[in-house]
Amino acid sequence: MSQINLQIPEVSIREARLGSITGFQGCAEELVKGSRCGLKDKNRSFSQCLGCSISQAACKVILVQDAVVISHGPVGCSSCFHEFAFTYRVNSPLRGVENPTQRKIFSTNLQETDTVYGGGQKLAAGIREAYERSGSNAIFVLTTCAAGIIGDDVESVCNEAEEELGVPVVAIFCEGFRSKVWTTGFDASYHGIARKLVKPARERRTDVINVINFWGSDIFSEWFAAFDAKPNYITPYSTVESLTWSSEAAATVQVCPTLGSYLGAALEQEFGVPEIKTAPPYGVAQTDRWFRALGKMLHKEKEAEDLIAAQKAKYLPQIASLREKLKGKTAYVTGGAAHGHALLSILGELGIKAKGAGIFHHDPIYDNGSEESDQLAQSVKDYGDVPNFNVCNKQEFELVNALNRLRPDVLLARHGGMTLWGAKLGIPSLLIGDEHYSMGYEGILRYGERILETLENDEFVKNLEKHAVNPYTKWWLEQAPYTFLDGGACK
Amino acid sequence: MSGIIEQERYTCAIGALQSVVAIPKAVPILHSGPGCGNMIQGFFERSTGYAGGSTSPCTNFSEQEVVFGGIPRLKEIIANTYKVLDTELQVVLTGCTAGIVGDDVEALVEEFREQGKPIVAVETAGFKCNNFEAHSLVVNAIIDQYVGLFEEENPERSEKNTVNLFASVPYQDPFWKGNLGEYKRLLEGIGLKVHVLFGPKSGGVAEWQQIPRANFNILVSPWYGKPIAEHLEERYGQPYIHFPHIPIGANETERFLQQVLAFAVDQGARIDLSAAESFIGREHHAYYEEIDNLATFLLEFRYGLPNHVHILHDAGYVVGLSKFLLHEVGIVPKEQFVVDNTPAAFKAQIEAELKSTSDKRDIPLYFEPDAGKAQDVIRSLGHHGRGLIIGSGWDKELAREKDYDFLSASVPTPYRLVLTTNYAGFSGGLRVIEDIYDAVLATYR
Repeated sequence: MSQINLQIPEVSIREARLGSITGFQGCAEELVKGSRCGLKDKNRSFSQCLGCSISQAACKVILVQDAVVISHGPVGCSSCFHEFAFTYRVNSPLRGVENPTQRKIFSTNLQETDTVYGGGQKLAAGIREAYERSGSNAIFVLTTCAAGIIGDDVESVCNEAEEELGVPVVAIFCEGFRSKVWTTGFDASYHGIARKLVKPARERRTDVINVINFWGSDIFSEWFAAFDAKPNYITPYSTVESLTWSSEAAATVQVCPTLGSYLGAALEQEFGVPEIKTAPPYGVAQTDRWFRALGKMLHKEKEAEDLIAAQKAKYLPQIASLREKLKGKTAYVTGGAAHGHALLSILGELGIKAKGAGIFHHDPIYDNGSEESDQLAQSVKDYGDVPNFNVCNKQEFELVNALNRLRPDVLLARHGGMTLWGAKLGIPSLLIGDEHYSMGYEGILRYGERILETLENDEFVKNLEKHAVNPYTKWWLEQAPYTFLDGGACK
Repeated sequence: MSGIIEQERYTCAIGALQSVVAIPKAVPILHSGPGCGNMIQGFFERSTGYAGGSTSPCTNFSEQEVVFGGIPRLKEIIANTYKVLDTELQVVLTGCTAGIVGDDVEALVEEFREQGKPIVAVETAGFKCNNFEAHSLVVNAIIDQYVGLFEEENPERSEKNTVNLFASVPYQDPFWKGNLGEYKRLLEGIGLKVHVLFGPKSGGVAEWQQIPRANFNILVSPWYGKPIAEHLEERYGQPYIHFPHIPIGANETERFLQQVLAFAVDQGARIDLSAAESFIGREHHAYYEEIDNLATFLLEFRYGLPNHVHILHDAGYVVGLSKFLLHEVGIVPKEQFVVDNTPAAFKAQIEAELKSTSDKRDIPLYFEPDAGKAQDVIRSLGHHGRGLIIGSGWDKELAREKDYDFLSASVPTPYRLVLTTNYAGFSGGLRVIEDIYDAVLATYR
């Protein structure tokens, strides 16, 4: 049953909607099988700092070209947003934005007295001031733990302001304490966008395909050209106008089923835009399937087959020769679901053995309810099982322990902070932030070449290893990595 | 300040977890929502240190803790921290969630302390104050709950030539590591032994234990950190000398050192005055050798150099840099912006400090924590000649809009990497000059 409900202000959290979990140890196949019959989450009796939903929600709205963002909370809750202003500026050439404008990011700067008397009035005044100072086409209001616990009626304040100002004022409920799964923040922003910005289609266009993604390079324009279509990127570098009419696209694809789960399903269920449910194109087999699904959806099967044939003729021989060079190598993957799963497929394609993986959380199913979107299931089916598969909730202490035991030839990461530990242990480590980098046939080649380069240039990590500072106790490094997880020795 | 603010240049109270990260082998334990640590790490960048960032233990408040309280969870996390991490001091900091829920963290921490653990608790709910103020809360909590345990071995004011220095707020001052190192070198040069307490030039927790031994304290700050000096005065009877801005370049550094010398002698320190004067003299000569050599460039470079500057920074830098740039570099300070949310009580003194920079010109001063607003003021201004903006990463965009030169010297900034550079002292002044003209010359290609 669908859990998409655009009538209510707050998005239902992932744990409730999808049964997502943040703790698991075993092998990948076991997790895939378990996902079909309900997973039970596991708690930890030791934990380190996590990410907050608000950051995930923020990155999705700050990069909308003509919107302004207000964090309704103490000043600290928007501390890291300047990083997204940087991202917006430096990646703008990749998306053809020639004059990136300054990001307008405000905080209602809640004080102790506000926690007693409420912050609603301050927010109301803040929305009007932010609008006057920016003249933006939409205002996004992000909620925080403090605002949530004191019970400010953010929805009403936003609705009243919207009526007065005549631009959408979108409340996004992303208090960190509400969900253990940080990606709930993505859902929160998409929920707000689907509720308040997207309008019913005026027409159905055949030349536009929604792409739910981050701020990676523009590879879709070239791919879609074969189908006489162009991408409508959601949400980084979109405009309020382009988001509004994302309801008119021929289809929606996403670069990561975890990322766009909610919006893909909402656009299909509420606005009639069909979603390509096939998991994204990572690895040869999945890229074949994905282009075929796209061709079928657009009634352009022949164009899809031609594209597949041409690209394979060009890239498969190069991939084969790369595979030779990487023969016998082993890797450990750490990243969010489902990009981490995608990287496992890339490894499978390159003939590199995955010794294990630390993936931040796991969604047993996505909002579209389709098992076809399960990238891990696809990876296991195409390339086999992965041992030492840990749903790690980005817990560094478990990663350090696992890496220290498994000692792979290379550590592959997608999120910041993790490569340090590979390097400290002398393991060549690679982080690719651009999620488009390893997509498609050419992506396998691109990513494989970077792995090769990382393996070859190991002088830095070998030197760092000799001098690395390690705050972890000898005792801890000798324990099983899941000691503090339910069922472990210290739990 | 109660209204909304744009482009915050400081963070909330829990940001003072960085003051713990700055103490060698200390660990912050967060009793907060998920993400508080992550936010702070994102604000300062490259700020993980020994056990900050994703290494810091955290209770990651969920709905369960909000409803039922988070003490059992915190107890478990602290107990297991001792198993997993090798640390010499643990400081539990609370976030908004714990603050609103009202968890009695102090009582819990007291239990661990009774078992002999070097552990401290401090309330840092984000709505309480900002990190400039919370820095003092953290330091005073460590003094009361940790340093206090070692008073018997460390008698009050027992070392006449030893001082505790309180200057940079770690990480909030991007040059804190270099500055503390340079203050230490300079003060040792005039015959003092210095506890800098933070960073690699400190002696870690052992140095903290010896805080009571110091004869007096030195506070280099426009306003933040003052509660620490006052607290130590009350607790150990240590008087303090207050220098109200960052001494950058020769004029102010010499003034600073002379004031400290006089104060030290007054307090009964045994100082070899002629050796101290000769140290200052050597520093002075080395400094002016560079300025002398540089003057031709400053006076003659015909392709254009900045002639005026706007600074967006905390009050210590705004005043320190204004004095330095006007008198020692020849760049005229125009409108200046203090973005540190200075409490009202200190504004008049800071205004007077800046005014004393020159008796022939007015330097308009704005106290504006809403840096977006400060930027709008600068947008509306037009001065003759080539302009320079010194500020955070946010101001790089403004500088580009105005076609000004830009120097990144405050947080947050993704556009600059600072390791051990110092802006304080003689060498700090020279480094500021290098940085400004490096940026200027890089525009010629």
